[in-house]
Amino acid sequence: MSTQAFATAAPSTDRLTALEDSAYRIRMHALDMGETQGQGYIGQALGVADLLAVVYKDVLNHRPDDPEWPGRDRFLLSIGHYAIALYAALAEAGVLDVAELATYGSDDSRLPMSGMASYTPGMEISGGSLGHGLGVAAGMALGLRHQGSGARVYNLLSDGELDEGSTWEAALACAHHGLDNVTALVDVNALQADGPTKGVLRTEPVTAKWEAFGWHAIRVDGNDIGALVAAFDSLRGHRGSPAVLICDTRIGCGVPMLETREKAHFMRVEEHEWQLARKQLTDRHNRGSAGSASVGSQGK
Amino acid sequence: MNTSTPTQAPQRRLTTSAMIASIAEEGQRTTKAPFGHALARLADERPDVVGLSADLAKYTDMHVFREAHPDRFFQMGMAEQAMLGAAAGLAEVGLTPFASTYSVFATRRAYDFLCLDIAEPGLNVNVVGALPGLTTGYGPSHQATEDLAILRAMPGLTIVDPADSVDIEQAVPALAAHPGPTYLRLLRGAVPTVLDEYDYRFELGKAAELRGGRDVLFVSTGLMTVRALTAARELEADHVDVAVLHVPTIKPFDRETVLRETAKGRLVVTLENHSVVGGLAESVASCLAFARQTAHLVPIGLPDEFLAAGALPTLHDRYGLSVEAIKRRVKREL
Repeated sequence: MSTQAFATAAPSTDRLTALEDSAYRIRMHALDMGETQGQGYIGQALGVADLLAVVYKDVLNHRPDDPEWPGRDRFLLSIGHYAIALYAALAEAGVLDVAELATYGSDDSRLPMSGMASYTPGMEISGGSLGHGLGVAAGMALGLRHQGSGARVYNLLSDGELDEGSTWEAALACAHHGLDNVTALVDVNALQADGPTKGVLRTEPVTAKWEAFGWHAIRVDGNDIGALVAAFDSLRGHRGSPAVLICDTRIGCGVPMLETREKAHFMRVEEHEWQLARKQLTDRHNRGSAGSASVGSQGK
Repeated sequence: MNTSTPTQAPQRRLTTSAMIASIAEEGQRTTKAPFGHALARLADERPDVVGLSADLAKYTDMHVFREAHPDRFFQMGMAEQAMLGAAAGLAEVGLTPFASTYSVFATRRAYDFLCLDIAEPGLNVNVVGALPGLTTGYGPSHQATEDLAILRAMPGLTIVDPADSVDIEQAVPALAAHPGPTYLRLLRGAVPTVLDEYDYRFELGKAAELRGGRDVLFVSTGLMTVRALTAARELEADHVDVAVLHVPTIKPFDRETVLRETAKGRLVVTLENHSVVGGLAESVASCLAFARQTAHLVPIGLPDEFLAAGALPTLHDRYGLSVEAIKRRVKREL
């Protein structure tokens, strides 16, 4: 398996630049929230920022001022601990006010550390207990199709979540029912709570697994906005089976001092480092795309 | 296995009551697949009603709904976690799912999914569990002797243990009309039809007195209410006057009625097709204790054990759920 080339036209430079700016702002919001709380899954947030920028600004059909609009595409965050990243994306998308992000993780905030549907506009499900999102996505997709809705269901899961048997139960269900209105997004950062994924519970070859389960699978560099846009463009015409976009991402991406830090599920950032992290993020962004560095982890 | 051909038929021993065993007693009026037919009728009126099963449609009477409304039935395969997650998803987009499997799988196996996907968001998903308590002789893998205990602490979950086909037929539309999540203990196949002989209507959250009596109060739920009524009638011959209070809704528990009826100085006997731990008996006991009320309380229910395999009549007698066993117990306690 390898990163695929797409027959679609190359995305325009303006489109990519706008998305890179979005990803930059999402990262900046996440750093601000991390500093407020003094902790957080900042490494994952930085890694998945490019994907969320593309999803919220270029893919999802939604109404920021009406998050309950029945015709909306659903974005399910089954990895509740990535909430910091999703809040940043929801602010970037106009669902949340940027000012509210400062309440992240505080008592009585609408933005708890782990994403929960009853707290936050735009948060479709309560994540946290892993392996739930794709099953709920299957039901939503069955229901929307039954109702004649053209809305789509996206589920962001992590490679660690592939350890959960329920993820694969749901993968079977989506394929069996031909749910081509489901797109799974797998963030492969190759790291989980007890260490590198390959040492905790080997999930590779990830693409071949999804294909064997009857999914249309594409694997891209998840920190390459051009590749993400091209992948989503190619998926728009896909019919007949659910699709999965496997994204190889780098923990801490966009902030050099965090990219090179010892990889940890719960990345420690000292109080005095947040300002430096923001400066590095801005410097990198001003020099060009945060995701322009090579990844070299794909196509294993 | 004995493969020889005996010249005359030996006396047959009772054999294991497997999944299709009926709990009806000989000569009892029954109704076939009351849940499936009630759900199919409800779906005629309510286009939002959908059904799911985890490779057990045929064994949970869901096949009746599937045949009536094939476009609204979703087969999820032998995957209870995916089924409950999908049921949540269907409810999230405005449909009203009934999801059926065996009680053991809905509770023990898919608990996290019932809890977090369905109960926490307060979705109108109706989980239907077959083979509750001791309604199969297949052994502990299929005997949900502790499903009520598992589920009673789940916030916001409504739990119903119906007595017969009448209860089931009336409970199905009530559960669909209730906005939150529910769990229904299913009686399937040829289900006894008894409560139409009484002035009774199923009301969610309400206990109902089916007969009055001065000496003993039976507080019963599920199929044990039918046994309680029979035992009460037969105890008349022993000049024991027994009242029967049927408690079809285990949660929310009708404390008011239970407190009122247990305060009349009668021997109080709880009867449930469930472990004596964490079900009706303890619901009644805690209800009394927290109200600083007391009574002579006798719990009839399954022992706190993994039960044996075998024929249901044998097992019900052994574990004290048969009418005869109920009568013996009452006479001993009086």
